[in-house]
Amino acid sequence: MNKPQGTISRTADSAMGWVNKRLPVTQFYQDHLSKYYAPKNFNFWYYFGSLAMIVLINQIVTGIWLTMHYKPDAAHAFASVEYIMRDVPYGYLVRYMHSTGASLFFVVIYLHMFRGIIYGSHRNPREMIWIFGVLIFLCLMAEAFMGYVLPWGQMSFWGAQVIVNLFGAIPYIGEDLTIWIRGDYVISDATLNRFFALHVVAMPIAILALVVLHLAALHTVGSNNPDGIDTKDNKDATGKPIDAIPFHPYYTVKDTFGIGVFLLLFAFIVFFAPEMGGWFLEHDNFVEANPSVTPEFIKPVWYFTPFYAMLRAVPDKLLGVVIMGAAVMILFALPWLDRSKVRSIRYKGAIWKLMMVLFVISFIGLGWLGAQPGSIAQTWFARIFTTFYFAFFLLMPWWSRMGSTKPLPERVT
Amino acid sequence: MSSDGVNSNRRNLLIATAGVGALGVVGASVPFIKMWLPSERAKAAGAPISIDISKLNAGQKIDALWRGKPVWVVRRTTEMLDGLDLHREDLKDPDSENPDQQPDYATNPTRSRTPEYLVVLGVCTHLGCSPKFVPELEPQSFDQEWNGGFFCPCHNSRFDLAGRVYNGVPAPTNLSIPPHFFEDENTIVIGLEGGEEGDAA
Repeated sequence: MNKPQGTISRTADSAMGWVNKRLPVTQFYQDHLSKYYAPKNFNFWYYFGSLAMIVLINQIVTGIWLTMHYKPDAAHAFASVEYIMRDVPYGYLVRYMHSTGASLFFVVIYLHMFRGIIYGSHRNPREMIWIFGVLIFLCLMAEAFMGYVLPWGQMSFWGAQVIVNLFGAIPYIGEDLTIWIRGDYVISDATLNRFFALHVVAMPIAILALVVLHLAALHTVGSNNPDGIDTKDNKDATGKPIDAIPFHPYYTVKDTFGIGVFLLLFAFIVFFAPEMGGWFLEHDNFVEANPSVTPEFIKPVWYFTPFYAMLRAVPDKLLGVVIMGAAVMILFALPWLDRSKVRSIRYKGAIWKLMMVLFVISFIGLGWLGAQPGSIAQTWFARIFTTFYFAFFLLMPWWSRMGSTKPLPERVT
Repeated sequence: MSSDGVNSNRRNLLIATAGVGALGVVGASVPFIKMWLPSERAKAAGAPISIDISKLNAGQKIDALWRGKPVWVVRRTTEMLDGLDLHREDLKDPDSENPDQQPDYATNPTRSRTPEYLVVLGVCTHLGCSPKFVPELEPQSFDQEWNGGFFCPCHNSRFDLAGRVYNGVPAPTNLSIPPHFFEDENTIVIGLEGGEEGDAA
């Protein structure tokens, strides 16, 4: 140790030593930041994990502040949101930060998942990271859905009506299950109140716990990288990985830059386009919930539209719900479906790349179709895309092995 | 008695204790699960309602709210009633054979007590949206041979003017006919069977 031996630093050292004997803070800092080695070739796609964390913090902080003025009561909820928007100092800003954050959470998460798929980040030995990630995605969908109900607008009400009734398609227990979820025979104050409890207490705790597990699993096996090759075992004489760099300061600095750019975009949306033309906050939700009038054209917020399009494409209630649920659940199986010899798309053959392109087209196509009224032609497109979505996953054990792969490099490029 | 430092008697006792504890956890979870069920107040909120139909003209619909759900009364014209036969083969259940969707007195071609008045729950049997009333017997963007009926904007389910569901749409069953009766010429009561059928709600 060639540290300066001033009084202050000596005192600091001994204070740190006192703490470390009782709680290994320094050890934790080194394990997860200053001596957590991450591959040195992270590119643009690796921003989205830390961005998801930033959005999560934004949601928690703005959410806490919103609960200080919001009333989870069917008689007052809509008015209390308008009150936040008009009368509470900076209420409009915090509410828009929360609603914009919700949409951007899904932007970031979808891109983060896409990164995982193209670079094979879900594959052996990182299956558990992926599974925890899909669980976070599921919780996030529940969280976003229940949050959207809270303003008690027309879309809140009818969205809740449709989503809760999805469970009614389950044979035998479906009808009773929907009553249990609603706490009433219709969407009502009881439903709003419990969704509030789940949205502000239960789901955030679950999401935070899953994020800890996601990161714990990641830090156990180490990060993948755009080349999809292992970097842990290739070490220099001092025992440090040649192709990896400490997360702090290298990636903390890189991610800080990414966060800066992201926050610029975020602020632009919050200040200039918080409703995003009806994509982030739907126009019908500025009308208070009315149980006797369904809005002219009902659609979910954009991040649910791909799955909604699948639901609508199937002309059978139970099967539609099963397809929609399976579309999410099938993600859990992904680590075992991809049988390609290499992890990263960089070294995969043309068939794999073509399938990936078609998948992205299908998913975005479904997302667009789910936001449309659903004409006959649109329904047929939705059916084609849905079929491809499932073919992509279910036939992956076969097509992912087809075609040639390029040789893997010895070291990251 | 023990192997590898393990006292198997004590271990068995521990397993039995844990088992009993698990049963206790199951028991303790009951109130937490049941607290999600409708409260007594919610259960009591299902009183019958009366609808005044004296101002309802032929071809029109009026709405009411019963147990938090929209109820519609449609006074059908003879043209509308004649139209009901034109699309029989396009329907999933033209003869209302599913007994859950209507009382016995509405198990008939018009699904009503009297052909003129249709009393129906305005709740799509797919996922519970409230369909639009599209009474015109003319081509629509969603159906070129439309004989009037209800169109659900959520998932494009279609029903005719007797609340019967069309083929090829996500809704599985006909719209539900609530228990109802005519108290007098101008009043329909929703939620009671009335008269000779007994007052079963």
